[in-house]
Amino acid sequence: MIDVKNLSKAFGKNLVLDDISEHIHPGEKVVIIGPSGSGKSTFLRCLNLLETPTRGTITFEGTDITDPKCNIDQIRQHMGMVFQHFNLFPNMTIRKNITLAPVRTKLMGQAEADDTATALLRRVGLEEKADAYPAQLSGGQKQRIAIVRALAMKPKVMLFDEPTSALDPEMVGEVLEVMKQLADEGMTMVVVTHEMGFAREVGSRVLFMDGGHILEQNEPHAFFANPKEQRTIEFLSKVL
Amino acid sequence: MLTEFAQWLTALGGRFHTAFVEGDRWKLYLEGLGVTLGMTVVALILGMVLGVVVAVIRTAHDQQRPKQHNFLLGILNLICKIYTTIIRGTPMMVQILIWGFVIFASSRNKFMVGIIGLGINSGAYVAEIVRGGLMSVDMGQMEAGRSLGLGYLDTMRFIVIPQAFKNILPSLGNEFITLFKDTSLVNAIGAAELTYQAMRIGGRTYDYMPPLIGSAVMYLVIVIIFTWLQGILERRLRQSDRR
Repeated sequence: MIDVKNLSKAFGKNLVLDDISEHIHPGEKVVIIGPSGSGKSTFLRCLNLLETPTRGTITFEGTDITDPKCNIDQIRQHMGMVFQHFNLFPNMTIRKNITLAPVRTKLMGQAEADDTATALLRRVGLEEKADAYPAQLSGGQKQRIAIVRALAMKPKVMLFDEPTSALDPEMVGEVLEVMKQLADEGMTMVVVTHEMGFAREVGSRVLFMDGGHILEQNEPHAFFANPKEQRTIEFLSKVL
Repeated sequence: MLTEFAQWLTALGGRFHTAFVEGDRWKLYLEGLGVTLGMTVVALILGMVLGVVVAVIRTAHDQQRPKQHNFLLGILNLICKIYTTIIRGTPMMVQILIWGFVIFASSRNKFMVGIIGLGINSGAYVAEIVRGGLMSVDMGQMEAGRSLGLGYLDTMRFIVIPQAFKNILPSLGNEFITLFKDTSLVNAIGAAELTYQAMRIGGRTYDYMPPLIGSAVMYLVIVIIFTWLQGILERRLRQSDRR
């Protein structure tokens, strides 16, 4: 589904991603973990070109999205993204937050988009918030709305950039619950997170990144039970 | 000394009577004030449109992805830079004289010429205000919009610009006040605004003090009223933040 070849990204002289090749298959739930500064967020942001790779190619369903001629807006309509800081639009109601993109990209008419929004909000238990503004919601509610907003575009893959890192501890659960549901429905997901429980329970594959490389990867049970690299063992001993 | 002052004071009533009441001259001030306000509003709209366009072009140029610089955008950006540099680097009075006596020397519609001079001048300042406002909006907002598949202009229009507008409202209010007062410069090319009328009446009655002081009071009152309205609007907007 997403094919990454020889991906490098440098900010000035600072090489953040160093020649990464990886493939993400349909239906997979890839969880990326690693210490801060390891390049995991940058890797995720390269997948929908929020960061422009310095070298290498990224192919999404057969289209080379690193090609300057590629219509990236169209590609992004099929890739949902959820941010650490939610990034809801504070100047719009929740309903408008959700329906703006589907309507403007002509995916749906306003009426259909409104129905979709209502259905999605009901799914995450927030239908009574449709006419509220983001400032009136808690962090956990905001993040659930952000997930719903991305889902309204009917994406083929969802990218999560530390979706629970900015939340109060008691709100982490409600967001993970929504993500778990999504995983059960078969959504292809790439998740950067520090939630090891989530990685173990939901992930179909865990990638450990450090220093701009994917140091080690495995299916979650083997990964957590028998880490092979010294750096992985060190990291896991600190976070588990 | 004291008697001279008393004499001056008693004569004042008559002088102001001549300048304002005689021959229904107050109508001329009102007419001039109408022209002044009309010019301010039209020039403000022109300046806002110009300013937003220039600001979006310059921001779009600065936010391009590396290695994908758009040639056309580069040219537009250069034009915008030259425009703001020239306008902000030369005196407003000189600009208005150039519009009135060089570029539109043969035009008799001084009202239009004044508006063009004022609007184009204001646009350069508004552009810088708007550009600052656009940059003050969190980058995450642009990223969120783009990640949903919205184009750059759609994201700007629905997400970034509305938020920027709220941040720059105080500065825009100041720009409006400046523009309103700067209309008095258009008097130099003979547009019949408030200062022009005051000068004309001063010339006819051989007494400049009452009409000039009178017009100054009119400018002041309007600015005070506007500042008050601006305060109300800002308090409203702040309230919506806390809702």
